[in-house]
Amino acid sequence: MAVKTEELVLNMGPQHPSTHGVLRLELELEGELVKSVKPHIGYLHRCFEKHAEAMTYPQIIPYTDRMDYLASMYNNFGYALAVEKLMDIEVPERVEYIRVIMGELQRIASHLVAIGTYGLDIGAFTPFLYLFRDREKILSLFEMTCGARLLYNYIWVGGVSHDLHPDFLRLTKEFIEYFRPNVDEINNLLTFNKIFIERTANVGVLPLDTAINYGMTGPNLRASGLKFDLRKDDPYSIYDKFDFDIPVGEGMVGTVGDCWDRYFVRVLELEQSLKIIEQAIEQIPDGDVTAAIPKRVKPPKGSIYTRVENPKGELGYFIISDGGLNPVRVKVRAPSFVALSVMDELCKGALVADVVAILGSIDIVLGEVDR
Amino acid sequence: MRTPEEIYEMLKNQFSDSILEFESELPVEKFINVSPSQIHSVSKYLKDHLDLQFDCLMCLSGTDDNNDEKTTDEDGNETVVPGTLSVYYNLHSIKYNHKVNLRVKVQKDKPEVESVENIWKTANWHEREAFDMIGIKFLNHPDLRRILMPEDWEEGSHPLRKDYENPEFYQGMKVPY
Repeated sequence: MAVKTEELVLNMGPQHPSTHGVLRLELELEGELVKSVKPHIGYLHRCFEKHAEAMTYPQIIPYTDRMDYLASMYNNFGYALAVEKLMDIEVPERVEYIRVIMGELQRIASHLVAIGTYGLDIGAFTPFLYLFRDREKILSLFEMTCGARLLYNYIWVGGVSHDLHPDFLRLTKEFIEYFRPNVDEINNLLTFNKIFIERTANVGVLPLDTAINYGMTGPNLRASGLKFDLRKDDPYSIYDKFDFDIPVGEGMVGTVGDCWDRYFVRVLELEQSLKIIEQAIEQIPDGDVTAAIPKRVKPPKGSIYTRVENPKGELGYFIISDGGLNPVRVKVRAPSFVALSVMDELCKGALVADVVAILGSIDIVLGEVDR
Repeated sequence: MRTPEEIYEMLKNQFSDSILEFESELPVEKFINVSPSQIHSVSKYLKDHLDLQFDCLMCLSGTDDNNDEKTTDEDGNETVVPGTLSVYYNLHSIKYNHKVNLRVKVQKDKPEVESVENIWKTANWHEREAFDMIGIKFLNHPDLRRILMPEDWEEGSHPLRKDYENPEFYQGMKVPY
């Protein structure tokens, strides 16, 4: 007698510890195999773009903090660059250096959360605690600079809100010395752990042409084997002054573009960010950080699309100005929003248990997906 | 690597009637206006042409151009002539590292644009967002549903329209504001 079978629809989320926020995945299952995934988003929708139309340009900066709340510095950075380009403002050199140092510290902090929570998703609890211990040190550096630990409102149009604390550079140097050996610790604890490799290698393989077609950017794209980083390929600020490498996925333990590669590219980027910060600390000049902040931010009529290499990928701001004090339209191209749309492609044919491994590996932040 | 001007000339030769104009007066970014029914074939050409290869759709944004015309006659009756909505496409080629911006303008009372979803998959969610927020209908889109607003949000109500008003009730519940 033939057994009657039918497909099962399973809701993963909105409350689920591995969705990194409020996300619902509608899984269509055939036994243990995933046939399709439909992500349902919008649970954290706060109408950022509508609010932005009623605000003046500087007032929007705190809202950008709240999009990718693990990389607020970089969100400020991208927005400030977009408005500066629209207004044709040249910022002092010291500001550029401060921004790069903050941006790269933020990249490390964001990657530490990505790596730690990814281990947590797979079942490794200990690395998470080690990494959060190190992230705290970065947050303390930020707190020393601008008084906030998570949402900074630090990088302003034309400058930054405060100059660096007199001890900042010394403490950052100490942090680099302290943190550098810890990257090996991560590798020993998690990266080359046999169980971790079994769970992630050859899982959720994303071929390069699919990745480009879906608009994947940042570590997710590089893991698929393309050496593409906006800091090198579309340079902004002063990134062309620094010497650093772009790690790409090589399929060391599995296939190029699998979950392990996406994870490992982030680990390798930690070292590159440290390298950039070291060079920036060596070269940073003196100067007035508030000199170029305009009294009134009133860009001319026109539109601009500016993109920066956020820790999650390409963060773009599309701003239309009609020459007034408020923007007519601010659209954010959020890297997590785009990365989440590839879930269906990645999960087809995977096992249910691997959905968690795949979702963790693309490193999304729901605050940015829903805006 | 080609400049937007060269790309405009190439498009002009290929699609003489559907490329409307080249906006270059704006101080910041230049864009090419394309007619709504031709955007699919223009996009396909931009992606497939060997010297262009725009393989990456960076961003797709729907906007309300905020150009409704209000006229009040002698009796104080207001008549509104609806304005236009726009879709902006920001394209980039990884191979040649050049960029181009396209713009499609449609009338508010017939906001229909050809979808480019089968050229760049990125467009799928971005078009859904533009539909949800601005109310632009993308023809031939495989799954045009709301994405950020709740699924049961009132039909025809699109929050990023300039004439949008906050509803008093949502599914029978009073909306406090």
